[in-house]
Amino acid sequence: MSATGAILKRELGNYFATPVAYVFIVIFLVLSGVFTFYPGGLYERGQADLQPFFTFHPWLYLFLIPALSMRLWAEERKAGTIELLMTLPISTGEAVLGKFLAAWAFTGIALALTFPVWLTINYLGDADNPVILLSYLGSFLMAGAYLAVGACVSAFTRNQVIAFVISFVICFVFVLAGFPMVMDVFQGWAPQALTNAISSMSFLSHFESVTRGVIDLRDLIFFFSFIGAWLLANAIAVEIKKSD
Amino acid sequence: MTRVAAETAAAIEVTSLCKDFGAFTAVRDVSFEVRSGEVLGFLGPNGAGKSTTMKMITGFLAPTRGQVQVAGFDVSRQPLEVKRRIGYLPEGAPAYDDMTATAFLEFIARIRGYRGRERRERVAAAIDRANLGSVVHKPIETLSKGFKRRVGLAQAILHDPPILIMDEPTDGLDPNQKHEVRELIREMARDKAILISTHILEEVDAICDRAIIIAHGTLLFDGTPQQLVAMSSLHNAVRICFEGEIPAAAETSLRRLDEVADVIGGTGADHLTVLPGNGVSIVRQVTHLARDEGWQIEELFVEAGQLDEVFRRITTRTETVHRGGEL
Repeated sequence: MSATGAILKRELGNYFATPVAYVFIVIFLVLSGVFTFYPGGLYERGQADLQPFFTFHPWLYLFLIPALSMRLWAEERKAGTIELLMTLPISTGEAVLGKFLAAWAFTGIALALTFPVWLTINYLGDADNPVILLSYLGSFLMAGAYLAVGACVSAFTRNQVIAFVISFVICFVFVLAGFPMVMDVFQGWAPQALTNAISSMSFLSHFESVTRGVIDLRDLIFFFSFIGAWLLANAIAVEIKKSD
Repeated sequence: MTRVAAETAAAIEVTSLCKDFGAFTAVRDVSFEVRSGEVLGFLGPNGAGKSTTMKMITGFLAPTRGQVQVAGFDVSRQPLEVKRRIGYLPEGAPAYDDMTATAFLEFIARIRGYRGRERRERVAAAIDRANLGSVVHKPIETLSKGFKRRVGLAQAILHDPPILIMDEPTDGLDPNQKHEVRELIREMARDKAILISTHILEEVDAICDRAIIIAHGTLLFDGTPQQLVAMSSLHNAVRICFEGEIPAAAETSLRRLDEVADVIGGTGADHLTVLPGNGVSIVRQVTHLARDEGWQIEELFVEAGQLDEVFRRITTRTETVHRGGEL
């Protein structure tokens, strides 16, 4: 576990040692703010909740999180440091977990820095804080799901641009799984069980059910098992591709 | 039990190691061992399979067939035990370029499980040993090649490993830096098993107790540097530099000596090289002849042999394995 901690610390420090952290945080804060007030119409709605704020998270994450995850493994492979890392006394699982947790902690920091929105809504009215807290948790879990996809894809290539584009596409499919745009591709040829499985993995529907303020164990299980499965694939990808 | 086994076994034991990449065989049935206190030079042309073999020993690559035992532990079965005991400098000394040397070494120490005071001491000792002093607070990407290499070395020796594996540790360094790295290796050689790969032949002579040569994935020589030099056709050859012209009859009379296989030089040159048959010493016969004939000789010396030539001969021909220098 100390090895996972060491990697977490290094990776997290690395975000802040380069402009990546500041660019990401500033863009995330500006965009989430803008979307909340303009397309979201926080004031016009006249309700003291953060629905307009959270609605846009899946779309912000869609392009911001692949930008965060694309370097996780691709950079190690490109620079050759993966040989150093994987000959240190750590297991592949510890390395995968350490990198993922660092990126996840970073998105947690970015998310926490949106607190002025929460202060605003509390100032303006009698906000339903438990629902807001739960929504934050849901948003954080969803960010983890995007990151797990991105980390896994990053292990397959040494090119960060490719990692970004492929992660974007895969995340896009999961955001819209269950909606006609994605389901039409599968309906007609795929067995019913598969189409059902895909439609049940929609980020949007799981996230929306959390932001409504309903704690459904199935949503939590979905996000955690989704993350777990992609991290497992990530570890396998590292094993297979590390020396290419 | 394992501790006893670890002490009696060879530090590194490679048995019938093979590695295929698809249809291409990078390493073919390679076996050798390295003992504690020994520096083994791993020679071969570029692309011969040196790095691949080292990657299998350090647990980065899984062998297709064969076995690697490090300090008595099987790399495939107990990779973490092996990795704990190895210090490894991969080719080109990769490091996290945006970190400072100190931060990087701190990270390595943390991964290796050191904490608190011991961690600080380990890092300080490695910095000291690799002579990093003045650059420890600069990002690694801004360092010169020599310093980058030393950061890599510091990383490899931080945990004072019983086994040290270095892939081309002096490649691309200037002569002073090469000298420093070799000094460091020699210093550490006493109580460690060291495997270094190189294609610089003087290095073998300078620091290695034993050398192995690999080409096209096959092990072709395993012996001491002296045995390697002895395989040169120039080994024990005598070079004669004459004052002024070479006497007309010199070449013919030298050829007539027993044990002389060939004479190179002759017309136009200012010296002759006398090659012995079977590498035996011929210097006595040659000096006697020179005295009897009354040649005016400026200098006369015995060639040790040329490693380049032996290296070329071994690596461009791939049938037989040379053990202990037998031809």
